[in-house]
Amino acid sequence: MSRTLSAPVTVAFDYTRSTGPVLGRFLTGLRDQRVVGGRTSEGRVVVPPPEFDPVTHQQLDDFVEVADTGTVTSWTWVPEPVAGQPLDRPFAFALVTLDGADAPIVHALDVASPDQVRTGMRVRVRWAAERVGAITDIACFEPAEDAPTGSATELGDLGDNPVTGVITPVELDYQYAASPEESAFYRAIAEGRIIGQRCPACGKVYVPPRSACPADGTPTTDEVELSQTGTVTTFCIVNVPFLGQRITPPYVSAYVLLDGADIAFLHLILDIPAEEVRMGMRVKAVWKPREEWGTTIENISHFSPTGDPDADYDTYKHHL
Amino acid sequence: MAKQPAAIVGVGQTHHRAKREDVSMAGLCREAIDRALEDANLSLEDIDAIVVGKAPDLFEGVMMPELFLAESLGAAGKPLLRVHTAGSVGGSTAIVASSLVQAGVHKRVLTVAYEKQSESNAMWALSVPVPFNMPVHAGAGGYFAPHVRSYIRRSGAPTHVGAIVAAKDRQNALRNPYAHLRNPDTTVESVLASQVLWDPIRYDETCPSSDGACAMVIVDEDTAAASPNPAWIHGTVMRSEATTAAERDQVNPQAGRDAAAYLWKQAGITDPLKEIDAAEIYVPFSWFEPMWLENLGFTAEGEGWKLTESGGTAMDGALPVNCSGGVLSSNPIGASGMLRFGEAALQVRGAAGEHQVDGARRALGHAYGGGSQFFAMWVVGADRPTN
Amino acid sequence: MRDVAVVGFAQRQMEEFDGSPTCVELLVPLFAECYEQTGWTRRDIGFWCSGSSDYLAGRSFSFVQAVDAIGVIPPVNESHVEMDAAWALYEAWLKIQTGEVDTALVYGFGKSSAGVLRRTLALQLDPYTMTPLWPDTVSLAGLQARAGIDAGLWDERAMAEVAHRSLTDAEKNEYAIRKGGSSVEELLARPMYADPLRKHDCAPVTDGAAAMVLAAGDKAREVCDRPAWITGFSHYVDPISMGTRDLTRSPSAARAAQAAGVDGVEVAELHAPFSHQELVLRRELGLADDVAVNPSGGALAGNPMFTGGLIRLGEAARKVWEGEATKVLGHATSGPALQQNIVCTMEGRN
Repeated sequence: MSRTLSAPVTVAFDYTRSTGPVLGRFLTGLRDQRVVGGRTSEGRVVVPPPEFDPVTHQQLDDFVEVADTGTVTSWTWVPEPVAGQPLDRPFAFALVTLDGADAPIVHALDVASPDQVRTGMRVRVRWAAERVGAITDIACFEPAEDAPTGSATELGDLGDNPVTGVITPVELDYQYAASPEESAFYRAIAEGRIIGQRCPACGKVYVPPRSACPADGTPTTDEVELSQTGTVTTFCIVNVPFLGQRITPPYVSAYVLLDGADIAFLHLILDIPAEEVRMGMRVKAVWKPREEWGTTIENISHFSPTGDPDADYDTYKHHL
Repeated sequence: MAKQPAAIVGVGQTHHRAKREDVSMAGLCREAIDRALEDANLSLEDIDAIVVGKAPDLFEGVMMPELFLAESLGAAGKPLLRVHTAGSVGGSTAIVASSLVQAGVHKRVLTVAYEKQSESNAMWALSVPVPFNMPVHAGAGGYFAPHVRSYIRRSGAPTHVGAIVAAKDRQNALRNPYAHLRNPDTTVESVLASQVLWDPIRYDETCPSSDGACAMVIVDEDTAAASPNPAWIHGTVMRSEATTAAERDQVNPQAGRDAAAYLWKQAGITDPLKEIDAAEIYVPFSWFEPMWLENLGFTAEGEGWKLTESGGTAMDGALPVNCSGGVLSSNPIGASGMLRFGEAALQVRGAAGEHQVDGARRALGHAYGGGSQFFAMWVVGADRPTN
Repeated sequence: MRDVAVVGFAQRQMEEFDGSPTCVELLVPLFAECYEQTGWTRRDIGFWCSGSSDYLAGRSFSFVQAVDAIGVIPPVNESHVEMDAAWALYEAWLKIQTGEVDTALVYGFGKSSAGVLRRTLALQLDPYTMTPLWPDTVSLAGLQARAGIDAGLWDERAMAEVAHRSLTDAEKNEYAIRKGGSSVEELLARPMYADPLRKHDCAPVTDGAAAMVLAAGDKAREVCDRPAWITGFSHYVDPISMGTRDLTRSPSAARAAQAAGVDGVEVAELHAPFSHQELVLRRELGLADDVAVNPSGGALAGNPMFTGGLIRLGEAARKVWEGEATKVLGHATSGPALQQNIVCTMEGRN
């Protein structure tokens, strides 16, 4: 048995970015198969245009159109592309100084092997078939040894439908691990037991157990099997839907102080109308059918009223 | 060894909105920075170091965004620090910036905090599922609602006190041209009539989700001499405790109480209710006004709601709280704490415009974060501190 | 300025930590080592500051639970930077300089192996024009390495010599996760990975944590026979753009070294996650030829993210404690291709 439990987690969101005027101009150009550079106060043409001038710190307002051909000024081989890169087969990342620009842009260069790249080689933009106003409108660069040298030209009208926003999906995969103490807790839950651990310094029983008692900085140690009944210390009624929600509102989210524990933990209260849930209400764990159990707190479907008289406020007020 | 005197000579902020679709992240920060520099009568060339603060990187989907922002913020070629202490970060960032001057390391420090919440969804960013666990509470409101219920139970406060705070702060926001929410019709009755989202918290008792930034220029004594109205720092404090600990007081956290006691001592304040002329307190849910009044020692425990109910925290009350409209009216999370600190500075500089408290000489800026376990505060004054 | 010294240091490095990304479990024994070194308890620490990253952990507020390892009843004076813990050390040093506190414990932690590190770090780039292409860390370092090769500033042999010296020195470092067993010729005979980089030119993906104790004046002298007194501490940042920067240089590193002062330095621990970056740093820092560079093996032997820089400072400080050097330098870097750099010089006094 591994020391700890682990499971994959994906953190994914399509970010909606507003570009502001400078980057908006650059992305508008890409959508229309034009590469827009910015001329800095020192007279350098930079692609993509910096939003603010490196010397005067003023927002850039001098733009030119550069060629879609250029020269490789540095490159590196990418033997094992990662998800989201412009090509899903080995390729080169390159710094390419476009004709008419004074500083290079980073992008992919589609070549089959490192032998086919060299600093100084001529390349050309390969435009994406569908363009939306994003850096990925440049699909990549491709070799263009005989491409004539282009130059910067004054930037003409970019039309009346400028790009002001861009959506950038960010998806990251992680392997999440629980701490050894939490792992012990979840493994017990998989057997229908709720365990805590006592802090050897302060004697408080933590559920779930902790790698460090937050009061003392000492790992909790002695295992304590806890009762499956407890007291609602406080709660809220969730009426609001939100992104990623897995329980349909309205529902009661409550701090349940299990008998024998010194800290309450959050769970659901069901089998009673939400408006009848009370501070001090006595509740018991209701488990899902055993065949649905895993190493998860979700084995406990919810807590349900025991029907016993409410706990006296003085018995739990120091847990609020 | 005593701290070197330090003063705020420039404060700038953005027009806070749900979506600032007209600017990039850099543009948003620069809007606040340029206003702060103009206020300070300084330029980026005059700045020795820059301290950036914001809440979790997942909000904007950029890891350590200060790196890509460095050049736009004018930080290239300068020292750049990035602070992240959960919701208290705007306050902590200002304190770190102050310490650069108080330590005698730099003379002119620029600090900026921002959040562009419209790039994603805060509820999502705060609720990324953790395996083996279950997402029971729903975002920040769901987190804090049970503790508000505990406060009401403990203090015996009447249930309309939260609505009084919300109506007051929204009315105050009408005097602040930068505020996000601007609704002249908000009243105690309309707040009470709004939907109960996380019972006992109603919709109108919650903060909005905003895009915005705040910046300040903090300088040494010599530089401050050129300012007509510096706000002197009389005390700063940061305190942290555990998110969850056995028998932790989540209504009146010890870290907040300890922080306040240390702060008042530094500032030479023995009766904060009498000696503080304006307070900008981090109140993202209306009930936190009375809760923090108690935590900060403005009232005895259990009595905070009475000060609120009596109108004592209104613009013309004994302790005007959140004259700017507060977090309830503008909430770019990472910047919210710095806005509290900056608004406190504006009050003692006599520069708060329509929401100025007449004759304010000493003001509190307060921020908290996480599950009420991180606190950052300062006291600023119109007079150079004597201690 | 107050006299402030490094008086405690502890570290852990590993290829793959199987525990929680909060790393509480890793921090508890590190703090215990620091207490043992100083004879202090947590109550003797005036200020706490940490460095870590939410994106490394894959969740917001990943640093929040780490304070449990301190034991925070009563509450503590505490802060956090979303940077390598070397910058947390800077914040703690500042705090002591203000006179508010006399002691500080600084820590950093990170579980790089939880995700695909070189891909995760693409989120540090310009989110509008760079991140959508997911340029990974190794590729960006490769562009930098090639720029130097093309400019004639270094070659593959010079890079292999750095790697060989690091791996050889790392044999004496119990925390190193990659070490030993090679020669320059053998390294050059190994296949290219991300041409012009071979795998040994790139720091290994490393999990880990570290903690360091700072103290002022007599507090330092009371607990350490030969404290590593901080004589210079400075940091700067460059623009991120790979296009407008001269990738063969690192102006921020040079400025930090000038401000910190490198005269008389005998040992330098440089945070160079790629072999050629050591060559860039050596030049920018203006180190004399006889300076011993990375006797610990450096980042090529182990580079836990958000701790790798603090570990360099700790390894340098140890040389002073142990009497092996009188003046040392620790360096940390952050961001792509040496964008941001901090330099801390320390000395022993008799």
